[in-house]
Amino acid sequence: MSDYNKMAGQKENGISLQFRRVIAYIVLLLATFLCLFWFYVLFINATRSNSELKTGFSAIPGAFLIENWVNLKNGTLPIFNGMMNSLFIALTTAALSTYFSTMTAYAIHAYDFKLKKFMFTFILMVMMIPTQVTALGFVQLIGKMKLDDSFIPLIVPGIAAPAVFFYMKQYMDATLPLSLIEAARIDGAGEFRTFNQIVVPLMKPAIAVQAIFSFVASWNNYFTPALVLHTDTKKTLPILIAQLRSADWLKFDMGQVYVMIAFSIFPVILVYLVLSRYIVGGVTLGGVKG
Amino acid sequence: MKKSKVVSYNKWGYIFLIPFIVIYLLFQMVPLVSTIYNSFFENYRSGLTQIGPNFVGIENYKTIITNGDLPTYFMNTMIMWIMGFIPQIILSLLLGAWFTDPSLRLKFQGFFKTVIYLPNLIMASAFSMLFFTLFADGGPINSMLMQMGFISEPYQFMSHVWSVRTLIASMNCIMWFGNTTILLMAGMLGIDPSLFEAAQVDGATAGQVFFKITLPLLRPILIFVMVTSLIGGLQMFDVPQILTNGTGDPMRSSMTLIMYLNKHLYNKNYGLGGALSVFMFVITAILSFIVFKFTNSEEV
Repeated sequence: MSDYNKMAGQKENGISLQFRRVIAYIVLLLATFLCLFWFYVLFINATRSNSELKTGFSAIPGAFLIENWVNLKNGTLPIFNGMMNSLFIALTTAALSTYFSTMTAYAIHAYDFKLKKFMFTFILMVMMIPTQVTALGFVQLIGKMKLDDSFIPLIVPGIAAPAVFFYMKQYMDATLPLSLIEAARIDGAGEFRTFNQIVVPLMKPAIAVQAIFSFVASWNNYFTPALVLHTDTKKTLPILIAQLRSADWLKFDMGQVYVMIAFSIFPVILVYLVLSRYIVGGVTLGGVKG
Repeated sequence: MKKSKVVSYNKWGYIFLIPFIVIYLLFQMVPLVSTIYNSFFENYRSGLTQIGPNFVGIENYKTIITNGDLPTYFMNTMIMWIMGFIPQIILSLLLGAWFTDPSLRLKFQGFFKTVIYLPNLIMASAFSMLFFTLFADGGPINSMLMQMGFISEPYQFMSHVWSVRTLIASMNCIMWFGNTTILLMAGMLGIDPSLFEAAQVDGATAGQVFFKITLPLLRPILIFVMVTSLIGGLQMFDVPQILTNGTGDPMRSSMTLIMYLNKHLYNKNYGLGGALSVFMFVITAILSFIVFKFTNSEEV
């Protein structure tokens, strides 16, 4: 009797498990569709000419991708400049932000000083303050410092990045033994040299993850650059996208519009596909401790 | 001798902190203080004449509350956040539970995780511009819907209050549910597996396990996710700004707090902008404090 019950239970369990698996796959496929559909349409439309686009949607790519890009490059929006500006700002921000955040984390991790606990708590507390609430004072400040319309106010503040610091600190707690630093000291390395030649190389995996996140955050940033940059040739991609939106876009060649969006989105997607394993793994480490 | 050596090393702690402290004070602290200072002054341009700065006390705060702007835009922001967050958290909980359920043994997990996280890295302004072109009156979505025979003439997504809000909420949901799923998964993997085994032995169904074990034990992380998402939601800017070209139309129903702030910054209305910033700062500070309490209590 009990045997029978057990078997029946198992069978039922088996069916419901099978059923749940099917439901899970269906929802996952829907989620995948929800995530990829837009980029699929974007890709298709970027390869079609304006007149083709006017006839309605088709699922097959056209042959106008390169022509659309050439037209866009020769158009009024300094799109190529914008890409270079975005690239430059994002790369330098990522480099500064990761290097100096590692340094800050190292200060808290490796040394004992009176204000250590206070500093750590302070940085954690200010981590959540959004840049938008200080934007007003920020704009006035860079006006007074004569840094208006310059890349410096977009790059240099990256040195103080509490979230990157926090990730580095977590990573150090898990992987950087103090005995190693001790050994370097015995070998006569100075503190600064120890940091640059021993700590930074050991932190490479964490630096790589955070460099990607800093790069993407800076590449995608619209709010601050829009307040700082005014000259057309200095503008970054998100500002140009906003300009495209506020232009009389109906008169635009829609093929060009799609190519421009595609060129803002696809570089990040490509980098992501290559590095996705590290990125997805990096999300959890930075966010929650438990 | 030994002790003095230890002390001499530890001064390096301060030295290594210098870049952070200098840059933080200069680019964050000074602007914060001057923003707060500005909020007590009347300072704007009316045509070509500059008014102020004159000290007006809390007049700016009274203005943004009583002229109805702040409450309206706060409500807009909250409505769009909630519309995006509810599907986002449900989807994330479901996917997280499925990904971490060992008995389901889902295949292609790496692929699915990669795909659902992808939209989080997309430039929000470009994504919003993409939605704008896709959902335009003559855009591909309308053309698809007409080809499939759902509608006979283009639906004007940009002219209806709830369709614009839905588009904004959907974009936020698509961009963030992957991130939330991964955070929740980390929490779910942290739950002691013996609890699930015990429940299975007792014959609990998947639903019972989810509601009686997973959810209650996930509470701290759920609160963390919710509050950080709320902080992010209050900063909602890129998506509605680009989608509506900064107008928050129709009838300012999709104008968010930061879009309003952005408007003041462009018009150089620093008094009202300052008051609005301080308001945002106080709300964020309270919410951050809750997050801080939670993550800290977990650690100890």
